[in-house]
Amino acid sequence: MPAITKKTTPRPTGDGLSRYNQLKPLTDFTFSVLFILLALLTFLPLLFVFIISLSSEATIAQHGYSFFPKELSLDSYAYLWQSKDYIGRSFINSIGITIAGTLLGLVLTSTLGYTLSRPNYRLKRLYTVMILVPMFFSGGLVARYMVNTQIYGLKNTYLALILPGACSTFYVIIMRTFFQTTVPDSIIESGKIDGASQFRIFTQLVLPISLPVIATIGLFFTFNYWNAWYGAMLYLDSNHRELYPLQYVLISIERNISFMARNEEYFSEEIIATLPTETMRMAIVMVVVLPIACSYPFFQRYFVGGLTIGAVKG
Amino acid sequence: MAQIPIPQKPQVETTSPKGDASIKKKRRRFTWDDLELTLLSLPTVAWFIAFCYIPLFGIVFAFKNYKYKPGTGFIYSLFVHSKWVGLKNFKFLFRSPDIYNIFRNTIGYNLIFILIGVTLPVALAIMITQLRSRKLAKVCQTAVFLPHFLSWVVISYFVYAFLSTDKGLINNIIVATGGDRIMWYQNKSYWPFILVFINTWKTFGYSMVVYMATITGIDRSLYESAVIDGATKWQQCKGITLPMLRPIISIMFILNVGHIFSTDFGLFYQVPRDSNSLIDVTQTLDVYVHKALLQSNNYNYSSAVSLLQNTLGCILLIAANLVVKRIDPESGLF
Repeated sequence: MPAITKKTTPRPTGDGLSRYNQLKPLTDFTFSVLFILLALLTFLPLLFVFIISLSSEATIAQHGYSFFPKELSLDSYAYLWQSKDYIGRSFINSIGITIAGTLLGLVLTSTLGYTLSRPNYRLKRLYTVMILVPMFFSGGLVARYMVNTQIYGLKNTYLALILPGACSTFYVIIMRTFFQTTVPDSIIESGKIDGASQFRIFTQLVLPISLPVIATIGLFFTFNYWNAWYGAMLYLDSNHRELYPLQYVLISIERNISFMARNEEYFSEEIIATLPTETMRMAIVMVVVLPIACSYPFFQRYFVGGLTIGAVKG
Repeated sequence: MAQIPIPQKPQVETTSPKGDASIKKKRRRFTWDDLELTLLSLPTVAWFIAFCYIPLFGIVFAFKNYKYKPGTGFIYSLFVHSKWVGLKNFKFLFRSPDIYNIFRNTIGYNLIFILIGVTLPVALAIMITQLRSRKLAKVCQTAVFLPHFLSWVVISYFVYAFLSTDKGLINNIIVATGGDRIMWYQNKSYWPFILVFINTWKTFGYSMVVYMATITGIDRSLYESAVIDGATKWQQCKGITLPMLRPIISIMFILNVGHIFSTDFGLFYQVPRDSNSLIDVTQTLDVYVHKALLQSNNYNYSSAVSLLQNTLGCILLIAANLVVKRIDPESGLF
């Protein structure tokens, strides 16, 4: 039954009918409470880790992790600043890899996307098959690993963290669909009549009016590269710490700690004391997460937009 | 410069397959325009060949006993020096007692994930679009989208903050209420639930947003006429929203079924911290492939499992698409 309450104010965009089609107040209240709980459930772990990173070592040692630490301190962040040779270096690595990867990814996906969007392109069918096959079949991890390390020599290089993820069928299809549906053919025609090459038409006519899709795919790449850790795990050795991105620093710290814990007798107190403390580790987590957590609310609509463009079949 | 005039078909707004077919009737020459486009896309084509097609030859690993011959290249070692062993790698694989466990975990977890991943986000998406307060809906939607942007490494630290044996929040609460500490990372009986929970936690927000985008795209007038006819909310949901969501649900379903043999390596390896006591319930195909390659350097088994996983996945994806197409011809993926 549509509930009609006196207090209901018509929505600004509303039409007369929508006010007769609302949830009953009690149902609405139940749903609201449910969603507030869900929002807390997803958000609290982040807050929790943030609080841990701000707790003092002594409090943690005594009471364990808590939402309400007895004593707050910025020591962990101060330590991070002191170890900037390592942490700072990997922070810069992460940023560099993210920027380089995103730019390369955009070049690779947009050029092929544009080519595939031209209805008269001679190799269109061949290219379409070419990008679709990898969606169904791949050589597998061993093949990828061996080819990348043995043939391309990517072991322990930055390129190993950038190249393998620089393109994907899904992004090419999103690009193609956008160019096909949003860029008017008349613009490309006018470029041709003026004698411009396809390269000029693409860079000077098509790209400037395709910023929405560039932004969307650019964001996909940015978040992917910032969050990537598997490449580092595969291709970086432990004696190449200067190449580590932040995400992998977190993994290697965890590994070292569990390794030392298992072999306690072989390590002196001093070595164990140099390990990052609990709060420092959580501080590194915050350095990784905060840029994402602060920026994604502004970008999330691009993610939704990109998804719906990609959903158009082709 | 393009001097040669190119015959152009007047384009309608969308390129339909029919339009392509009529162009294809006369096989055209390779024009100057085609050449320019080919050059433009050359780097990407090179990428696809280098990173998708050349590794395909690595499949021979599964049928060889790979031995590296010092002083020769990798390609020589693999193709010439190493012996063909036929299906021996696969036979050994199926003799190992672990493999059944691994398949059970991979398929079992994925079935649960699919079940939850299709029902829960759809229900939540329908509910959140019904909320009266648009502002609340917006805030909650933003909050639940967060885990999608976090890596498994970060999430493994989140989980540790709750499950750590001596400092974790859950054990603190257990102790405070007079219970005994639980060794979470040693006790495998909890992990099926923990893994399902964490996976749901990470993915439901994203799927919910996908379904929400579809729901908000549904023509309002459908609901208006339903209201005039006196339909309740529940009837509107059953009669309008769910049928309109059917194509996107089937696409998500196909994709998930096609990936039933692959799992999120981060979830099953990073989150349980590679704990040996949990291996019975956390080892999936991807974890096995990774460990065989990096920890025991067993290229042959690792790639045999990869090949098996790939082949089965490919067959399933095509089969799932056929099934969905039979039920609803509009909804297939390809």
